[in-house]
Amino acid sequence: MSSGQGRVDVEVESKRPDEPADGKAHPNSCPGCGSHYRDDELKETLRVCPQCGHHFRVGARERIEQLVDIGSFVEEDADLRSADPLQFFDLRPYAERLVEAEMETGLGDAIVCGAGEIEGDACELAIMDFAFMGGSMGSVVGEKFVRSCERATEACVPLVSVSASGGARMQEGILALMQLPKTICAIDELHESGGSMISVLTHPTTGGVLASFASLGDVVLAEPGALMSFAGPRVVSQTTREKLPDDFGLAESNLRYGHLDAIVPRSDLRGTLAQLLRLFART
Amino acid sequence: MRLRERLSKLGGMKLLRGTKLSGELARLQDQLDHLRADPTAEEIWQSVELARHVDRPYTLDYVERIFDDFFELHGDRGRADDPALVTGLGKLDGRTIVLIGHQKGRDIKERATRNFGMAYPEGYRKAMRAMALAARHGFPLVTMVDTPGAYPGVAAEQHGQGGAIARSQAAMVRLPVPTVACVIGEGGSGGAVAIAVADRVLMQENAIYSVISPEGCAAILWRDAGEARKAAAAFKPDAVHCVELGVVDAIVAEPEGGAHADLDAAAELLEQGILAAFEEIDDLEPDERRRQRREKYRMMGVLASTA
Repeated sequence: MSSGQGRVDVEVESKRPDEPADGKAHPNSCPGCGSHYRDDELKETLRVCPQCGHHFRVGARERIEQLVDIGSFVEEDADLRSADPLQFFDLRPYAERLVEAEMETGLGDAIVCGAGEIEGDACELAIMDFAFMGGSMGSVVGEKFVRSCERATEACVPLVSVSASGGARMQEGILALMQLPKTICAIDELHESGGSMISVLTHPTTGGVLASFASLGDVVLAEPGALMSFAGPRVVSQTTREKLPDDFGLAESNLRYGHLDAIVPRSDLRGTLAQLLRLFART
Repeated sequence: MRLRERLSKLGGMKLLRGTKLSGELARLQDQLDHLRADPTAEEIWQSVELARHVDRPYTLDYVERIFDDFFELHGDRGRADDPALVTGLGKLDGRTIVLIGHQKGRDIKERATRNFGMAYPEGYRKAMRAMALAARHGFPLVTMVDTPGAYPGVAAEQHGQGGAIARSQAAMVRLPVPTVACVIGEGGSGGAVAIAVADRVLMQENAIYSVISPEGCAAILWRDAGEARKAAAAFKPDAVHCVELGVVDAIVAEPEGGAHADLDAAAELLEQGILAAFEEIDDLEPDERRRQRREKYRMMGVLASTA
C-alpha cells in the first residue's frame, strides 16, 4: 500500500461488526490451508496463498498497484464523502461509522476511481474496497462510478471495474437502492457512445452491486473462489432452509451456469485485462 | 465538510396527483397539511403494516379494475413461467399498454404458488420479454411493484438472480416508450427496482419502498430482527420520505383506512394517477424521453465533499 496520513496498515486486526462471527482468525492466516504469512510476504504474492492458491482480499490502492503501469494512475474525485441524508442511527450513528472507516482504511469511501494504463493501453478504473464498510454502495460509490463512466466516454477508453461489495449501504436507505439504476444509466450512456466495460468480480460481490453495474460488463471476469450471489449464503439458508451446495454462489459455480466469461487467477489478471483492452481498442 | 448537493426536490414536491374524485378535496387538503410534517416512527410502522396488510389489493386486483381486455402473457421463452410476476397486454383509457407486476397470493395455496411475490430470475426475464414487446410495438409500459424482495434461493442464484435484476433495469433504462412504475405495496430492494426504473414513479400513500426489509436491516445492524420498528424508523421507507429524497415523483392517495378498505376507490385513484403521469410524458420524443429518464437517475444521491 502507498503511504498516506492516518492510514492503518492491514495487519492491524480491526473489529468489524458486519463480519461473520465465526472464528477470529488473523487476516493473514489462510482460510484454505491454515498457512500463516507476514504481510509483506502476502503482498509479494499478490495476496494469493503460495501453498493452496487461496485469494485473500486486496485493498483498492494495492489492487491498482497490481494492475496498472507504474506511475500511470491518476485518481479523481478523491474529495467526495458520504453525507448522512437520513441522519441514520442504529446502534451507532452512520456519521461515526464513516469517520471510523476512513481512519481505518485511509479511503474516502468504498471505491477509488481514476485514469491509468495497463501494458501501455489507457483505461478508466473504478476499484472497490471491501474494507470500507463492507464495500457497500451508497451515494458516493454510485456517483464516483458514474463519473468514471463519463470520463471513459469522454476519453474514448474502456472502463475497468473491480468490485468487492456486500451490497447497497443500508444506512443511506432508499437512496442506496437508487444507486443501482443510477450506475446502470451511466453504463447505458457509455455503451451508447460506443464505449466498453470490463467487469472483474472479486470476493465478495453480492447484493446491489451484483444486481447492477458489476453484472453489466461487456466482459465479466471473476477471481477464483469469489462469492458472487445476489443473496448471501446465510440469508439463503435461513430463508429457505435449503441445503446449500458446497460451491454455492462461487465464481466456479457461476461459470458453469453461464453467468461469467472467465475465471482469472490474480497472477493473470493484469495480462488478461491488457489483452481485452487491445481487443476493445477504438482506433 | 459542506453538502454539495442538497435535497433539492424538497421545494418542488408534486403530491397527490389523481385527485379528481369529487368530495375528496377536503380530505386531500388534510393529507397535504399532514404530509408537510415528517412522518413519525409510529406512522412509518403503520405504513409498513398497511403495505403488508393481508387484504391489500395486489396487481391483478388493480388490473381487473383499471385495464380493459387484459390478456396475460406467460413464460420467459427460455425456462419457465414465474407466477410471482405477471405480464400482459391491456387497454388503459382506450390504448394498448404493457403491464408488468409482482403478484402475491391471497390464500395459503396461492401464496405458495405465487411464492409470496418473490420472483425468480425467470420472472425478470419474462418482464424483459414484455419490455421488448412494448418497445417493438410502441406500447406504453405500466409496472406495479409489490414484493418483499427477489427470491433468495439456491436455484434462483444458479439461474442468475443478480444479473437478471441488473439486466431488467438496463432494459427499462433503454425503453423508447413512456413508462410509469407504481409502488403499490412492498417495494423490497433489488427485486422491486428491477421493474421500477421509469419516467414517472408513483407510490401509494401507504406503500413502502426500501433498500432492505425492516427485519433484515434490524437483524444486521441491531443483531435482532425484533427491532424491525426501529430499523424502519431509521431508514424511512414511507412514501413521504421517498418523495422528499427525490426517489418517487408523486404519491397516490388511498381511501380512508388504506387501499384494502375500498378496492374500487383505490383502483380509481391509482388509474387517475397513472393517467396524469402519462399525460406529462406522452409527447416526448423517444430520445428525449430516454435522456430525461437517465438525467433523473443521474441526480439521485446526496454527497459531501472535502474540497
